Amino acid sequence: MTDRQSPVVLRLAGLTKRFGSVLANDAVELDLRRGEILALLGENGAGKTTLMNMLFGHYLPDAGHVEIIGPDGRLAPLPAGHPEAALRAGIGMVHQHFTLAYNLSALDNIVLGAEPLLAWRRDRQAARAKIDAIMARSGLTVALDAPVSQLSVGERQRVEILKALYREARILVLDEPTAVLTPQEADSLFETVGRMAADGLSVIFISHKLREVLAFSHRIEVLRHGRNVGGMATADADETRIARLMVGAETATDPRPPMAPGAPVLELRGVSVAGPDARRSLTGATLEVRAHEIVGIAGVSGNGQSALAALLSGLAEPESGEMRLADAPVARFTPAAFVAAGVGRIPEDRHHEGVVPDMSVAENLVIEALGDPEVSRLGFLRRGAIRARTAEACAEFDVRGPGPYAPVRLLSGGNMQKLILARVFGRAPRLILANQPTRGLDLGAAHAVARRLLEARARGAGVVLISEDLDEILSLADRIVVMHDGGMREAASRDRAAIGLMMAGQAAA
Amino acid sequence: MMRIEPRQPSRVVNVAVPVLAALVSLLLAAIPLALAGADVLAAFRLMWSGVFGSPFAFTETLTRATPLILTGLAAALAFRAKLWNIGGEGQLYLGALAAVALGSGAISAPPAVMIPLVLLAGAAAGAAGMAVPAFLKVRFGADEVVTTLLLNFVILLFVQMMLEGPLQDPMGMGWPQSAPVIEKATLPQLMDRMRVHAGLLIGLGLAVLFHILLTRTTWGMKMRAVGENAPAARHAGIPVTRTLMGAALISGGLAGLAGVGEVAGLKGYLTADLSPGYGYAGIVVAMLARLSPLGTVASALFIAAVFVGADSMSRAIGVSSYLADLVVAIALLCVLIGGFVSRYRIVRVRTGEAP
Repeated sequence: MTDRQSPVVLRLAGLTKRFGSVLANDAVELDLRRGEILALLGENGAGKTTLMNMLFGHYLPDAGHVEIIGPDGRLAPLPAGHPEAALRAGIGMVHQHFTLAYNLSALDNIVLGAEPLLAWRRDRQAARAKIDAIMARSGLTVALDAPVSQLSVGERQRVEILKALYREARILVLDEPTAVLTPQEADSLFETVGRMAADGLSVIFISHKLREVLAFSHRIEVLRHGRNVGGMATADADETRIARLMVGAETATDPRPPMAPGAPVLELRGVSVAGPDARRSLTGATLEVRAHEIVGIAGVSGNGQSALAALLSGLAEPESGEMRLADAPVARFTPAAFVAAGVGRIPEDRHHEGVVPDMSVAENLVIEALGDPEVSRLGFLRRGAIRARTAEACAEFDVRGPGPYAPVRLLSGGNMQKLILARVFGRAPRLILANQPTRGLDLGAAHAVARRLLEARARGAGVVLISEDLDEILSLADRIVVMHDGGMREAASRDRAAIGLMMAGQAAA
Repeated sequence: MMRIEPRQPSRVVNVAVPVLAALVSLLLAAIPLALAGADVLAAFRLMWSGVFGSPFAFTETLTRATPLILTGLAAALAFRAKLWNIGGEGQLYLGALAAVALGSGAISAPPAVMIPLVLLAGAAAGAAGMAVPAFLKVRFGADEVVTTLLLNFVILLFVQMMLEGPLQDPMGMGWPQSAPVIEKATLPQLMDRMRVHAGLLIGLGLAVLFHILLTRTTWGMKMRAVGENAPAARHAGIPVTRTLMGAALISGGLAGLAGVGEVAGLKGYLTADLSPGYGYAGIVVAMLARLSPLGTVASALFIAAVFVGADSMSRAIGVSSYLADLVVAIALLCVLIGGFVSRYRIVRVRTGEAP
C-alpha cells in the first residue's frame, strides 16, 4: 500500500477537451503517486478514455497539461500530442482492444517498435533475457515463442502489459482490463498488478465494475460528464456512495403527465438473440411495453442493448422465445416488415444507420416509405409530393439546413436527428424504439427529442428508450428496466443508487 | 502530415481544371513526340484533323465511342452500388459469343426478330457473367474485384476454345474466328459508307434511360442508397442483397451489349482480339464521368477522340503506334488527376492533432 509520503509521479492539471459542441473533459485534475493503483470510474461517455488519450498524446488538450516525474525526481511538463514522448517518459497503455500482430510470436510483439526499424541484426538473446527477468519479477508469464493467435485472451493481455514493461513503463494505464476476461483471469490480473505496484509501478485502471474497483484499488477518482465529481481512498468507499457519484444525485423534475397504460404494443417472452459476442447478445429477455407508456432501458453499454435494438429494428431474428407486436406474433423479421407493422426506429448511430449522408434531406425523409402511394407511383418518385412533404416536415420538426435537396451530411447532428424524428413520427408509429436518442445533441435538440417522445406517448404509442444517461431515463420513463449481461430486470424503485447497483450486476438493494 | 479534404463545389474550378488538364496533357505528350523525332506541331494538327478533319473521321470517333458508352455505363451503374465490376472485358466477350452463336446462321428469322434476339442473348450472357461473382460476393463475401478481374482471363480463354472448336468458321481456312453474322442479324449502318452503326443509338438511349431510372425512380434511389450507405439502406428496409444483384445483372448486361455491337454492328464475326480493352477503358470512362450516365456519353466521346486522333497521327507521320498509346495514357492520367484536384484539396496538418 502507498502512503501520503510517496512522491507524485504524474499530475494531470486542468485538462480540457472539446469535440464540436461536446465538452468531453472539463478541467480534469488527477494526481498519481508512486506504487499507487488508482481506479478511474465513470459511466460510458464520462470522459475517461478521452482523458487517457490526452495523457498518452493521442489527443491535444484544448487547455491544461500533463506533468510527469523526471529523472531528477521533479515534475516536468510532458509535451502535448506526442505519443513517443509519453512512451519515453515511461507511460505504458494497454487498450481495451489489443494492438497485437496476431501472426507474430509473443516475443516479437513485445520487442516490436522498441527496436530501430533498420538494424543490422536483432539482439534476440538480450531481449529474451530482459523479458525473462520482467516475467520473473512480475509473475506475468507467457509462452514467448507461441504466435499470439494461439494465446488466450488473458495471455494476450499479459503480452500487452509485458510490452509496456519492456519499454520500462513506470506508469501503466489499463483501459477496462477485465472487460474481456473471465473472473478467474481478472483475479489473477489484479494479483499481478498488485505485486507490480508494491514494486513501485503506478497504475491507473479504468473500469465501471464496482466490485473489482473496491477490491483492488488504493484510491478512486470518479468522473461524470467530463468533470471530477469526487475522489476518495478506497478504504473509505462503499458501493452506494460510488454509484451515487457515478450517476449523479440531482433530483429529476417530472414533466410527464400521469397516464394509464393501455393495451400491450410489444411483448418479449424469453427472447434470446445471438450477437457476434456475449456483449451484443440477448439471453432470455422478457419485456412488455403498453400504449401510453415509456419504458427506459438503463445499463452500461455492452450488456445486450445493441441486440435488443437490432431485434426491435427488424435486423435480428430471435433464436428462441416469442415476440409479439400489438398482440400479433411477429412472423417476418425484416426492417421493412417492422416499418409496415408500425414500429418507428431511431437508431443509435445516426451517421451509420440513420441517414445516407450523401443523399438529400428529401430522399432521407422518404427512404422508409418508398412504396407509399404519396411517395411513388408505378415506381416513379412523385417529386412534387415529396418536396411538399419535406417542406412540411422540416417546418414542423424544425430541421434547419441548406434546403431540401442539400445532402444530409451538411446538417448538424441535432438537425440530422430531427430529420430522423420527422421520418419516424410522420408515420404515427405504435411502437417507438429510441436508441440513445439524445447522444451528442445540444440541449435544444435533446429537448425536442424528449418532447416528441412524450407526445407520442400521449397519442397512444409505446416507447422503448435505451439510454446510458440515467437522468434522461428517470425524467422520461414510466418504468425502468435494467440490462446486465444480456438479461433484463425491472427496477423496483427509481432510486439512483439501487439502479446503479443493478447496472453493475449487483442484486438490487 | 497531409490530409485530403473534399473541396467546396466551385464553378470556376469545375471549368478551369479540365481545360488545364487538357493543356498539360498536350505539353507532356509533346516530350515523347519530340524524342521520337516528330514535328510536334504537325503531330497535334494531324491529331485534330484525325478527329474532326472529315465526316468520315468524325464518324470513326462515334464508332469507337459506341462500345465505350456501353462499357462505361456498365461500370458506372455497378460502381454506383459500390459493386466493383472490373470484368467488363469478359462480359463484353460473353455478349459477343452469344451474338455469334445465335446470329451466324444457327437460326434465321426476319431482322425485326433476329436483331432484338441477338441483343437480348448478348445482354443475358453478359449478365450471367456478372451474376457469378455477384453471387459469390453477397453469399460468401468474395471480393468481386478479384473474381471479376480473373474471370476476364477465364472467359477470354473460353472464347478462344470456342473459336477453335464448335464456333470455328468452317470456311475460315483454319483461322480461329467465328462464322460471319448473317445479314438479318446485323445491326443497321447509320450512314452510307460509314462504319457507325445502330449500336450508338442503343448506347445513347440506354444512357438517357439509366439517367431517368437513377434520378426519378424508387429503383434508382434504392440503388444509390445501397451504394452510399448499405447499413442505413438495410435499416430503412431496402433489400440490399437483391438490389446489389440487380445492379450486377444490369452492369453485366450492358457490357454484353457492347460485345454484340462490336460483332453484329462492326466486325461481322468474332475473333479473340475483338476488343482492344474496351471493358477496362469503360472503367476510365465511368470514373471520368463521375459515374453519371449522361456524363458517360461525353467522356466516352472524349476518350474515343483521343484514341482515334492519336492513331491517325501515328499512322500519318510514321511514328510507332505505341506512341499513340502513350499519348492516350498521358491524356487520361491528366484528366483523372484534374478530376481529383477539382473535387479535393490537400491540406497540411500540424502533427499531433487529434484525428
